[in-house]
Amino acid sequence: MKKRISRRDFLRTTGALVVCFSAAACIDPLAIAQGPFDTHPSHIDPDKLDSWIAVASDGTVTAYTGKCDFGQGMYTVQTQLVAEELCIPIHKVKLVQCDTSVTPDQGTTSGSQSTPTNFNTRNLAQAAATAREALGGMAAQRLGVPADQLTIEDGVFSAKDGRHVSYGELIQGKHFNMAVNPAAKRRSPGEWKVLGKPVPSLDRVALMTGTFEFVHNVHVPGMLHGRVVRPPESGATVGSLDEKSVQHISGLIKIVVRNNFVGVVAEQQWQAAQAAKALKVIWKPGTGLPPQRNFYDHMRTQPSRDAMLVNSNDVDDKLKSASPVLGATYSHPYQAHGSIGSSCAVADVQADHATVWSATQSVYPTQHGVSTLIGLPLDGVRVVFVRGAGCYGLNAADTVSYDAALMSQAVGKPVRVQLTRQDEFISENYGSACVIEQRAVLDTNGAIEVWDCETWVASLGGRPGYEKPGNVITGMLAGFDPETITPRAAAEPAGELRNGNNAVPSYMRGCVNDKCAGAGSIRSERVLMHSVKSPFFTGPLRSPLRLQNTFAHECFMDEISAHAKADPVAYRLQHLRETRIIDVVKGAAKAANWDARPSPKPGAARTGKVTGRGIACVAYEGDNGYAALVAEVEVNQASGEVYAQRFVISHDCGPISNPDGLRNQIEGGILQGMSRALGEEITWDDRKVTSIDWESYNTLPLGIQVPAIECVLLERPSEKATGAGETAITLVAAAIGNAIFDATGARLREVPFTPERVKAALASRG
Amino acid sequence: MAAISLRVNGHVHAVDVDPQTPLLYVLSDELHLRGPKFGCGLAQCGACTVLVHGEVRRSCVMPVSAVRDQEVTTLEGLGTPEHPHAIQQAFIDEGAAQCGFCLSGVILTAKNLLDENPKASDEDIRDATGSILCRCFAHTRMISAIKRYQRSRA
Repeated sequence: MKKRISRRDFLRTTGALVVCFSAAACIDPLAIAQGPFDTHPSHIDPDKLDSWIAVASDGTVTAYTGKCDFGQGMYTVQTQLVAEELCIPIHKVKLVQCDTSVTPDQGTTSGSQSTPTNFNTRNLAQAAATAREALGGMAAQRLGVPADQLTIEDGVFSAKDGRHVSYGELIQGKHFNMAVNPAAKRRSPGEWKVLGKPVPSLDRVALMTGTFEFVHNVHVPGMLHGRVVRPPESGATVGSLDEKSVQHISGLIKIVVRNNFVGVVAEQQWQAAQAAKALKVIWKPGTGLPPQRNFYDHMRTQPSRDAMLVNSNDVDDKLKSASPVLGATYSHPYQAHGSIGSSCAVADVQADHATVWSATQSVYPTQHGVSTLIGLPLDGVRVVFVRGAGCYGLNAADTVSYDAALMSQAVGKPVRVQLTRQDEFISENYGSACVIEQRAVLDTNGAIEVWDCETWVASLGGRPGYEKPGNVITGMLAGFDPETITPRAAAEPAGELRNGNNAVPSYMRGCVNDKCAGAGSIRSERVLMHSVKSPFFTGPLRSPLRLQNTFAHECFMDEISAHAKADPVAYRLQHLRETRIIDVVKGAAKAANWDARPSPKPGAARTGKVTGRGIACVAYEGDNGYAALVAEVEVNQASGEVYAQRFVISHDCGPISNPDGLRNQIEGGILQGMSRALGEEITWDDRKVTSIDWESYNTLPLGIQVPAIECVLLERPSEKATGAGETAITLVAAAIGNAIFDATGARLREVPFTPERVKAALASRG
Repeated sequence: MAAISLRVNGHVHAVDVDPQTPLLYVLSDELHLRGPKFGCGLAQCGACTVLVHGEVRRSCVMPVSAVRDQEVTTLEGLGTPEHPHAIQQAFIDEGAAQCGFCLSGVILTAKNLLDENPKASDEDIRDATGSILCRCFAHTRMISAIKRYQRSRA
């Protein structure tokens, strides 16, 4: 049994006054809001091999990971990784994901960081390689043969003379008692037998036969059922409540109130649902909401916390003297994660310990949040990940875990909390609304000389991390403050280029302190980002800010190339200098049989249905994956409807761990991106959010005419492995917007491209 | 409360709940079945889908008393992990899921359509799945799996 040391004890005993986890997080509030995803010391020491790998006497391997699977395939691919490094078949590996009692603290499973964290030169990959080498050393000693003269197959070392010994015989279920060796030799992609193969996802059969256990299926003996009663409008607070209003409901156990948190607990779920509906709460009115119709203008007038990401200090002068200055402003709405399953959690809070079964992406941070919320010592709280519906970021999984903990504590028994669909829509942290203003000047040859970009991002709360339970609604209702914006002027860029949000267009040189880490060639460059306070909670939604920024950059690039009467592909290539993004642009254009010419398409009809093609590309987070996407669309100019017919993507994530899983992520990402581009938008009135179910929030159903999707996977085995779950979706709004322009000559600058907006843009064509 | 008799996946159960209790809660909380799931509680997404006498029903809005003594089939009632039903096998072969939360609606709706109309056109399939949601957007593979099942029956 490992000694349990709390994270706080660790900090105390090491004397470290660490209040944030990376240099970037210290200066960037948005980085904090996206949560930590690196590996941290906890009561489980990530430097020790036994924290990651255990080999049983029968030769089976248990591996412990802090990166979990919510449908993106991390369970399967991490199992492949361990099997590959230990030279055993997949079925001999048992992967334990995200449980604060046994797995290392790897922060949050997010940000396309699971593959970079666990598949390169640290953590799970290096631990598995260390274990193989350690076993090799034991085998060499046992057989009296140098390790490099042994062969390994299926967990058995063999000498040339035929003698052999298995992992189980060598380790006999004991601990390794050694450190993870950073120099242990990884198996190269050329040697791979398990990684790199299209291994079918290991959960497939259980999912298709309805036997897979989701967090919604967790049953604990004596478990009661809770429902929340959220404020009916933004900022409303509890005035009083009428307990008599629910007296008639049988099975009701308790009304739970803590500050402005209200919930009901009953014996059965139906009783809890009825009680939540019947409970009369007199709410004090909220503060009201800024009108949605001019919200983007409103954002630009708010006090802001500013960050200058690049500044060549010649932009203002050049803009003053230039004519014309090209300019455009792009807007992106709040969007919902909208998980198909409303969030659910089970908590069992006893006097001195608590267990929470949660679909959180962040078991350790949730352990901290629950500990703070219910006042139990950290080492008395265990958070166990059990998969929920696909989350795509910070859906309501964290907040419902808090709901369950509060209600279980109040009744002293295990409580399962199921949010309703309406609860889910008003409880989650939306993807941020953004306004992005672009300006550019061309030189006498028609190339871009100056690019100036100014962004406004609405932000409130975010991932709770280790310290901020108020970053999600339950924590706030219970009395904890969310992370908010402290206005501050921008300092000049310092350190090195930080492009984790893709705020800096790929076409800029990206120079900070004379080091130019951007992917492009434009020298006169400036990117200024304003964070303003959001009236709604916000948090990471698949490709957070990268998608919004890329939409604006790639559409503006298209507008400039049209102005320059240049082919959009050739014009992009003219301004790029990073090989990997150049290669994906060329790859996508070739596979799509790109029709090289300027946009819009010459001679297109001004009425009826027309077709066009558009392209967009990205170096995701600056260097965490590369992709280019061609969209082919049909626009019905009478109805304003846009139908995507075909997508072709070229994709580079370094060595590919599982090509089938990768294609699944790309296909889903493209269609989810299409739904977000064409219909998804949070709406509100002057008091409350009004998009609260699947009739008031648009999503594309299964029964659409599904466009053809073609993936060209560029394999780069000698590069580091990058993330791949968010690259494709980043490009979709831009590629569709550019294709609509190509088809019609009308430019859409506001997502989503609803039929009304398309018709308005068509009507304003020159 | 009087016990209500249910026939689910070939087994008879007596449950002692308010007759207005949605069937979904009984299947999940009393019988501990994992196939039908709470997606919206509003019959808007399909995650709670079951078959009642072979017909597609959304169990989140159906009172348990409405299926008294009727044969209810959930996703786990179609086949087993060892012996999946042909449509489940088609979805396994195509890898037609990401998170998999929506599969009761997708698989049972498609099965019901193709059992009644083995020659369903693409448009028929689109109509039948027009109010089924998959928020991972595994649409490409799901449509391939539905067509694979259709071919296997031809």
